[in-house]
Amino acid sequence: MSMQITCPFCGDRPLQEFAYGEVYDIPESITDPDERNLDRAFFYNNVEGVQREAWFHSYGCRRWIYIQRDTIDDRIVKHE
Amino acid sequence: MNEFQERKVKLKWHEPKKTYDVIIIGGGGHGLATAYFLATRHNITNVAVIERKYIGGGNSGRNTTIIRADYGIPEAMKFYGRSVDLYYELEKETDRWLMFKPKGMLRLMHSEANLTSSIKRAHVNSEWGHQTDILSAPEVARMVPELDMSGGGKYPVIGGFLHHEGATARHDRVNWALAEGANRLGAHIHQRTEVQDLIMSEDGSKVKGVRTNKGDMYADQVLCAVGGHVTKVTSMAGLRMPIRTHPLQAFVTNHYERNFDPIVASLTLHFYVSQTARGEMLMGAHVDRQPAYNYRAGYDFLQHCAHHAMTMLPFMRKLRVLRQWTGLCDMSPDASPILGLTPVDGFHISTGWGTWGFKAIPASGESLAATIATGQQAELIQPFGLDRFAKDRTMGDLGSTGTH
Repeated sequence: MSMQITCPFCGDRPLQEFAYGEVYDIPESITDPDERNLDRAFFYNNVEGVQREAWFHSYGCRRWIYIQRDTIDDRIVKHE
Repeated sequence: MNEFQERKVKLKWHEPKKTYDVIIIGGGGHGLATAYFLATRHNITNVAVIERKYIGGGNSGRNTTIIRADYGIPEAMKFYGRSVDLYYELEKETDRWLMFKPKGMLRLMHSEANLTSSIKRAHVNSEWGHQTDILSAPEVARMVPELDMSGGGKYPVIGGFLHHEGATARHDRVNWALAEGANRLGAHIHQRTEVQDLIMSEDGSKVKGVRTNKGDMYADQVLCAVGGHVTKVTSMAGLRMPIRTHPLQAFVTNHYERNFDPIVASLTLHFYVSQTARGEMLMGAHVDRQPAYNYRAGYDFLQHCAHHAMTMLPFMRKLRVLRQWTGLCDMSPDASPILGLTPVDGFHISTGWGTWGFKAIPASGESLAATIATGQQAELIQPFGLDRFAKDRTMGDLGSTGTH
């Protein structure tokens, strides 16, 4: 069975109904505001492991939901 | 066609040395090509190529082997055009049969938007010496008689975009030919050697070597030509990367008994198909929506891509899927590679190869070898440096990737 996301409004729905959204996590070590803007625009953490992310339920309730997903085995660890 | 001929690759294996002039992390096409051009063009042979698994086992062995230069911006045209020129000479250059076959790349147009973007692109291509023509619908039908010109009643073909120099080659043979060439001149290749850390100078401004499971190796120049786990390696040098790693799937069908010559892609339906030397129909489409590092191949991709392929090419209904696989694509924000020097002294990168890496192997190897040998960013890759993002000089060319 394909991957499912539990939408708090619609229940278990296939991943294909959702659009992926990045949650920006700019490291604290970057302090210059221009550098932070640059990082936000182009640079990614590209986490290998669990990361927090937003998904938009485009073919459902059209609301943003937040989950934590392990990028190594593409498995949802936690629904928020 | 005897696939076992491919096993007759002559490589010499060495014990890791303590110091090298250049260490290349990643034994895929780009790493091996850099080693090859360092040895042949710059006489630098004290080189180690470090590979975690086996050479050509990552994305170099998982791509769909398409060679073309139908790009939309002049900087990319120069770069990929050079790469196609080198590919046409690569069999002679390496003295190996790479199963290189010029086929032509045909993109199907279904709408006025496709037509306008294609005319623009054709002008750019032809201007830079890589002839691309706009074909009428009857010309397309004559070229690929298998096509359903009505597109299943939904996606009628109004014309085509023919890039004459489109070609395919056997990816393993390209990797092995480059590996053999570099190895023959003295470059070491270390398989099953995983980089655990980079050895940096005390202030972190300079790279001094790599720490691997086979011991430390020192070199003043280190190239990161890693596919997939590039962010992990560059973070060891304290660098952040504008890269997100997405899985990309592809599949082949069983043998189609007739010759199917051009590589066919659809500008609206986002799939492309070509015939391998064994007669299998090879298909690919777009990357998975979420970044991930897993190699899982899924049914929904297969269904989606096969549906699009069968809409345009109804004969494929009779074929069966033989294999489906996944590779990891390092997607850059502007769909162009990131190459050459970095703020860390002696640390070079070759990444952002997304879904367009195989066609660029010779040009990227040649330019990176020149960059490493001279310490100056080679002319061809000057627009593709990591510093382009801070300078607001991104090389946006998503429309040319074919798979997005």
